[in-house]
Amino acid sequence: MSLLELRSVDKIFGGLHAVRGVSFQVEKGAIFGLIGPNGAGKTTLFNVITGVYTPEHGQISFAGKNIAGLKPALIAERGVARTFQNIRIFRTMTVAENVMVAGHHLHKASIAEAMLRTRAYDRDEQALAKRAHELLEVLGLAELAGEVSGSLPYGSQRRLEIARALMLSPELLLLDEPAAGMNSQEARTLNEQIRFLRDQLGLTVILVEHNMAVVMNVCETIHVVDHGETIAQGTPSEIKTHPKVLAAYLGEEEPGIEAQP
Amino acid sequence: MRAVIRVAIAACVLLVIYALQCGVQAGFTEYVQRIILLAGINVILAVGLNLINGTTGQFSIGHAGFMAVGAYGAAFVGVQLAKPVHGALGSGPLAEAIVFNGALLAGALFAGISGLIVGMPSLRLRGDYLAVVTLGFGEIIRILFNNATFLGSATGYFGDDPSGLPAYTNFFWVFAWVTVIVILIHNLTFSQTGRSLTAIREDEIAAEAMATPTTRLKVTAFAISAATAGIAGGLFAHMQAGVRPEDFRFEKSIDMVVMIIVGGLGSISGAILGGIFVAVSLELMRDLQQYRLVLYALLLIVIMIVRPEGLLGTRELHHLLRRKKAPKPAAPTESS
Repeated sequence: MSLLELRSVDKIFGGLHAVRGVSFQVEKGAIFGLIGPNGAGKTTLFNVITGVYTPEHGQISFAGKNIAGLKPALIAERGVARTFQNIRIFRTMTVAENVMVAGHHLHKASIAEAMLRTRAYDRDEQALAKRAHELLEVLGLAELAGEVSGSLPYGSQRRLEIARALMLSPELLLLDEPAAGMNSQEARTLNEQIRFLRDQLGLTVILVEHNMAVVMNVCETIHVVDHGETIAQGTPSEIKTHPKVLAAYLGEEEPGIEAQP
Repeated sequence: MRAVIRVAIAACVLLVIYALQCGVQAGFTEYVQRIILLAGINVILAVGLNLINGTTGQFSIGHAGFMAVGAYGAAFVGVQLAKPVHGALGSGPLAEAIVFNGALLAGALFAGISGLIVGMPSLRLRGDYLAVVTLGFGEIIRILFNNATFLGSATGYFGDDPSGLPAYTNFFWVFAWVTVIVILIHNLTFSQTGRSLTAIREDEIAAEAMATPTTRLKVTAFAISAATAGIAGGLFAHMQAGVRPEDFRFEKSIDMVVMIIVGGLGSISGAILGGIFVAVSLELMRDLQQYRLVLYALLLIVIMIVRPEGLLGTRELHHLLRRKKAPKPAAPTESS
């Protein structure tokens, strides 16, 4: 059974049909690419999956259960974590604090216990800090743990978002343009890190990305959308030569050019 | 072990406050003492309001309403408690302490519950809308008390005794409560809950995506903030022999907002400074009569131009001191 399944999902904003009848399945342990030209509806799909938007039609099931229409916090709790295209870190907080925010489920102590600083609270706090530090190490941010996150360079902020998402101990990780603003060296490291997440942490990853070097390198299956509709799905080599994909990215004429914008 | 150490520290702190009280009562006039008490009450108000306006970033401008609920609640419960407690324990300081603190806690409970009632529907709103709802709530509360005959309507509530409510509020109790509330709010702010509240302020959508129960946390913080305003209200009521609806006008809410903005939104030490600043500056300018409000407004404008982030910004005093003592080895210069 697939981990995530979308069945003919529609999302409409007034007169704009942002997502139209999109269906796909993501198997457990897959690295799944979601690509398409600007405005194709990729981020809208992420927002529908994570509960920011409720789809007008269609079903979304995660681990066999319907999650369409649930609140974002509930979907996150069930194991769907995400990063954001337009980086949404908590800018005034330190790097470590950013990650710890997502550790709500590890902190069982009540508010009263926090106010009185009981032993149980201290224990939870230490466990949380330790876990946050481990995740920062995975993403190579451990040295920056005490820095104010808003002052970090762009690439580090993107990796911080991934670390924060991992703190939820998710099964499924949605990465919205993780390589945007990264140089090619950073992008290569990102490739390795994404594989590490799947191979070592057992995560399933869905990737929205414009950097084709990353997408073609790391994804096993690629799903292409344009104007809110599915136009193709297949392996990277199939997608590279798929006529509809080439048309969407480069226009109808001149067949035979590789899809590398 | 931890409990023993804490009790010992608490006893020492209370002794210090008691010693200070003796000094203050011997060394200052009644008038100055009153300003000191007001400053303490302001500190409680500011630290409580800062939790919701500063840390959580949800703007309330109706906290005078919660202060009023606490003031009336504490005054009323105090009067009801006095008879049985004094009947059982006589009229010593112990009986008074039980009546007074019982009354304060009751006032805080009432204020906290009204915080829950106001917060649950309205914290779904953001920014200006929430401000308007809390502003409306503050006025509704005042008008309710203005018309509540069993609480003295517009004349105010002065208990059963012709000389008014007993003047329980003194330096010791005000600053004991200041200490307790500052510690509790500080611990809350620098905890997992506090981090979540700050995350809500920084980016609510991201906080939600990180499984933060945003609505529940906002309502809880709002209720805690309302309860602290209730404690301040109870102290205020027992400082001046009675409570009148006009003590809790819109201007009072604005004063509280001024305290935390002057001190620096999001900073507890800033809220403390701001609370003292408002109490002292309003009193220093009393001789100017009606011009003092003009000068007060001018002073605020100047502060906002010179230090728009408030005296401390979002920083805490002890963080600044720690940084001076032990500068980080590889830290880049401040300007970066």
